[in-house]
Amino acid sequence: MISLQAHTLLMVESSRQGLLSLEIENSGTAIGLRVKDGIVLAVEKLIHSKLLIPEANRRIQSVDKHIGMATAGYQADGRILANRARDEALSYRSSNRAPPPLQDVVMRLSLYVQAYTLYSSVRPFGCSTIIGSLDSSGPALYIVEPSGIAYGYHGAAVGKGRQLAKTELEKLKLSELSTREAVIEAARIIYLVHDDNKEKEFELEMSWIGDETDGIHLPVPKDLLEEAEQKAKDALENFE
Amino acid sequence: MDHFPTSWGRPRNEAYDAFNTYPLHQRPNHSKDVFADGVQRTQQPIVTGTSVLALTYKDGIMMAADNLASYGSLARFKSIQRLHAVGNSTVLGASGDMSDYQYIQTLLDELVIDEFTANDKHDLGPAEIHEYLSRVLYSRRSKMNPLWNSLLVGGKKNGKRFLAYVDLLGTTYSASTIATGYGAHIAIPLLRKAIEGRENTLTEAEARSILTEAMRVLFYRDARSLDKFQIATVNDEGVSISETITLETAWGFAEGIRGYGAQTQ
Repeated sequence: MISLQAHTLLMVESSRQGLLSLEIENSGTAIGLRVKDGIVLAVEKLIHSKLLIPEANRRIQSVDKHIGMATAGYQADGRILANRARDEALSYRSSNRAPPPLQDVVMRLSLYVQAYTLYSSVRPFGCSTIIGSLDSSGPALYIVEPSGIAYGYHGAAVGKGRQLAKTELEKLKLSELSTREAVIEAARIIYLVHDDNKEKEFELEMSWIGDETDGIHLPVPKDLLEEAEQKAKDALENFE
Repeated sequence: MDHFPTSWGRPRNEAYDAFNTYPLHQRPNHSKDVFADGVQRTQQPIVTGTSVLALTYKDGIMMAADNLASYGSLARFKSIQRLHAVGNSTVLGASGDMSDYQYIQTLLDELVIDEFTANDKHDLGPAEIHEYLSRVLYSRRSKMNPLWNSLLVGGKKNGKRFLAYVDLLGTTYSASTIATGYGAHIAIPLLRKAIEGRENTLTEAEARSILTEAMRVLFYRDARSLDKFQIATVNDEGVSISETITLETAWGFAEGIRGYGAQTQ
């Protein structure tokens, strides 16, 4: 499978792009919620082997104290993007002596991503990125796509279950939710879009930025995560 | 630029003609070679902060520094904070050049963010911060371009108290009570007398009153000090830096001293 992909990556641009987007479309869902006082990121991390250590290979990463990102697609590419975003955030800090606004980081990051669509010698990034932050101007949430396009969103979904996740996100009154409530909703949506019959095991990975974390991007605390997972499972039973 | 080809690639000695290009034309007489002095580096601090005091007590460490940044003998900036929290378990106190201190702050903030984004469940404690600073300061002094500060690093991590000193030369040492600058002369005897042997019994309130008393003595005797200061505490709850405290002082005794203040005769 891997070698087949590696082989076909050498083919012409259009089919190459097609394959990369296929990789993203088949990756576990990642969602982001921009709510009243913060951001919640949640990822359905598919576990392809029982031998993996729990909580290893995180798909949610921190870019700066107040910026977090979740990726869908090639994990290795996601890490490259996170490193780049960190460098950009740091460069903004050293020139301005202030925490970078998300829009500036996203603009620089999308420019970087776009540059990888321009040359035959490199392939575009095989991952879609949800990136969120909370600062003095409030919460912000963007998706950066492999094409280099970046849009701001109230609710964002990428990966396999994104269509269903988007439908669910549209039902929420995002601008009225608190981050704590949004954690519960995010967990519910991830459990909902996960297809038990077809897919392997998965691990719910969640992080948040809000008043409760003092505007710092942190993993959702264990007790809240467990509560959210329990409520998600209950909701799923009622749903079916 | 010296436009005379005979001047090119030669020693700067006017009297020496290794290439025997006699007869020499009249070479321009530079009164001074612009490179002779070399690159200028920090020779002295400009805007300075005076002493920082610190001690260990029962629950952690406590540090105090006043709010003044002097420009020579002028009390130039009177609401400068010289105590800085680094991460969740460390506090940094700085005396010496305030611009170098601000640079160190940005270095440390970058370092802390770098560690934070690694997201590996490890963070830097006071010992690591102190080691890092000592390497930075020593490397800068070895480049003949020192960061002109005396720094105190204190904190508590995993139940262990830490208090140490590092200065512009990269010199480090550790003790249960340390002071920089003028305080190393005036406050250290007071602090040692009050603290040594009692590090594990001293309460927070006692520690606070010892530091306040030492700051008061320093304000009386140190001409570069201010009666407004802050106290930073690091204990199991983390770092907290107090609001500005104003010292109560009495200058009534000055009335009777001739040559001090307004005299009628």
